[in-house]
Amino acid sequence: MAHKLIDLVHISKSFGSNLVLDDMNLYIRENEFLTLLGPSGCGKTTTLRIIGGFETPDKGNVIFDKEDITRLSPNKRQVNTVFQKYALFTHMTIEENIAFGLKIKNKSKTYIHDKIKYALKLVNLEGFEKRMPDSLSGGQQQRIAIARAIVNEPKVLLLDEPLGALDLKLRQDMQYELIRLKNELGITFVYVTHDQEEALTMSDTIVVMNQGYIQQIGSPEDIYNEPENAFVADFIGDSNIFPATMVQDKLVKILDTPFPCVDKGFGENKPVDAVIRPEDVELVEPCTGILDGVVTHLIFKGVHYEMEVLANGFEWLVHSTKMYPVGTKVGIFVDPFNIQIMNKPESEDEEAVVIDE
Amino acid sequence: MNRKLLAFPYIVWAAVFILIPLFMVGYYGLTDKNGNFTMANLASIMTKEHIKALWLSVLLSLISTLICLLLAYPLSMILAQMNVTKTSFIVLIFILPMWMNFLLRTLAWQTLLEKTGVLNSILQFFQLPALEIINTPYAIILGMVYNFLPFMVLPIYNSLIKIDQNVIHAARDLGANSIQTFLKITLPLSAPGIISGITMVFVPALTTFVISNLLGGSKILLIGNVIEQEFTQAGNWHLGSGLSLVLMLFIIFNMVITALFDLEGEGNTL
Repeated sequence: MAHKLIDLVHISKSFGSNLVLDDMNLYIRENEFLTLLGPSGCGKTTTLRIIGGFETPDKGNVIFDKEDITRLSPNKRQVNTVFQKYALFTHMTIEENIAFGLKIKNKSKTYIHDKIKYALKLVNLEGFEKRMPDSLSGGQQQRIAIARAIVNEPKVLLLDEPLGALDLKLRQDMQYELIRLKNELGITFVYVTHDQEEALTMSDTIVVMNQGYIQQIGSPEDIYNEPENAFVADFIGDSNIFPATMVQDKLVKILDTPFPCVDKGFGENKPVDAVIRPEDVELVEPCTGILDGVVTHLIFKGVHYEMEVLANGFEWLVHSTKMYPVGTKVGIFVDPFNIQIMNKPESEDEEAVVIDE
Repeated sequence: MNRKLLAFPYIVWAAVFILIPLFMVGYYGLTDKNGNFTMANLASIMTKEHIKALWLSVLLSLISTLICLLLAYPLSMILAQMNVTKTSFIVLIFILPMWMNFLLRTLAWQTLLEKTGVLNSILQFFQLPALEIINTPYAIILGMVYNFLPFMVLPIYNSLIKIDQNVIHAARDLGANSIQTFLKITLPLSAPGIISGITMVFVPALTTFVISNLLGGSKILLIGNVIEQEFTQAGNWHLGSGLSLVLMLFIIFNMVITALFDLEGEGNTL
């Protein structure tokens, strides 16, 4: 396993009376695509700014390659940042923008020239040397911002919601571009976003944050399939979250109905939360499932139908390629493997929230 | 169509108070007392006293503009970095004197700087040597800087607060230290503010006759004083208008050069 490149140790940061990060511990491995994911105000951007050197933590240390850089100014760090709104130098040409960092480091003219060519080729904008930033589209400006950062050969590239200002189609294209860039450059990416789909698509590791606390760290598959608490389950994708009781190992009582599951070790008759993803709810003939219900809503979503089924007083969200008209009586079946059991939230930040996108 | 009608009062205003006076200045400047066309009024700028007055005007205005710039830029930077509530208070302090009459403020300086004025009385009290700057070019420069400083601060401040903080961060991120960031990013991006500040200070400083009258005594003649005296004392409107025209051309020439310089600074984006 690659070694820890960046280690954040017991980081706390507040702005006035507002505690943004509380005793955060996080390490980033070399050559990893790590995404900090969470709603606005969760502390993800502050974390990035602490790594970049634009904020100093109140408590804790930033270790970079075994060296304490907590108080090192941004220009002396081996990281480069791609800012949210590109932050290109509008009074310089594209060429001068990309050359900025290299000129500061007194690189030779031929070296700078070659680097500019290489970087523009990498971001598919060859021949843009003499253009001004204002004459470029949002997507092109974003790619110049990336080119400007990577010519400095940073060990880590920090990206602060770089695709936030782009439209959906362009955003998807740029996601693939970023993955390709990451693989070609072989450097560590730390990416900040509030878009869970973006995080799932690109990351090796996702760090889900809320209210200054890390909720879960894991691969996209882990985060999606095995959320550790209601907040993560709710924030990543759609989900049905039930208050439930763990009767015994491998048996959970949801809505007063016993469901077989695969989780164990929670104890007996312990209150828990159960998560079932809408695509894991199987609709079958009435009386052949675990419980029965009636379809109350039906929407066509393209890839699948989205339905709501009222069963035992709960509206189950169901995704299925098979259509059941409103009013149909159906049976509900869930594979034991697809029920995820979580401990009840211990604090406010672990609770499920309504996200305004 | 109705919108054009709305512009009518302005057109009348512009005609009566701008175009007609301008035309009259042109007419008087290019004719002699008998109404015959002549270039003599324009050419009279080349006489020794007039050249001397123009040269002194240019020199004092340039020095004043430079001092204004050196004072205003750091001040604007401090203002731009402060939070909004504090900033508006300090900007108010700077604008407040502008609400008082210009003549009154300059007269106040006269009282302060006089040989037996407030400043010297204080110096005398502490057994310090008296300052004799009233009726010298230094007093005129002081008056110009004092009166025109806000016109330098405001445009520079405005251009500085428009700079995205992330652009500054980006420069730091790419390895520039704070001095390099200032020289390569902040300064060029605030160039439009500096240019308009220079114009707004230099032009009124070049044409003023009130400040030089009150603080320079009657011995120091700036080009503004020469023109004023032609109108009010010598009663020679033709010569006064002629010199005004020359001064106007001189200012236009300077502004064109400044504008060209600005275009280069802006990287031809305009």
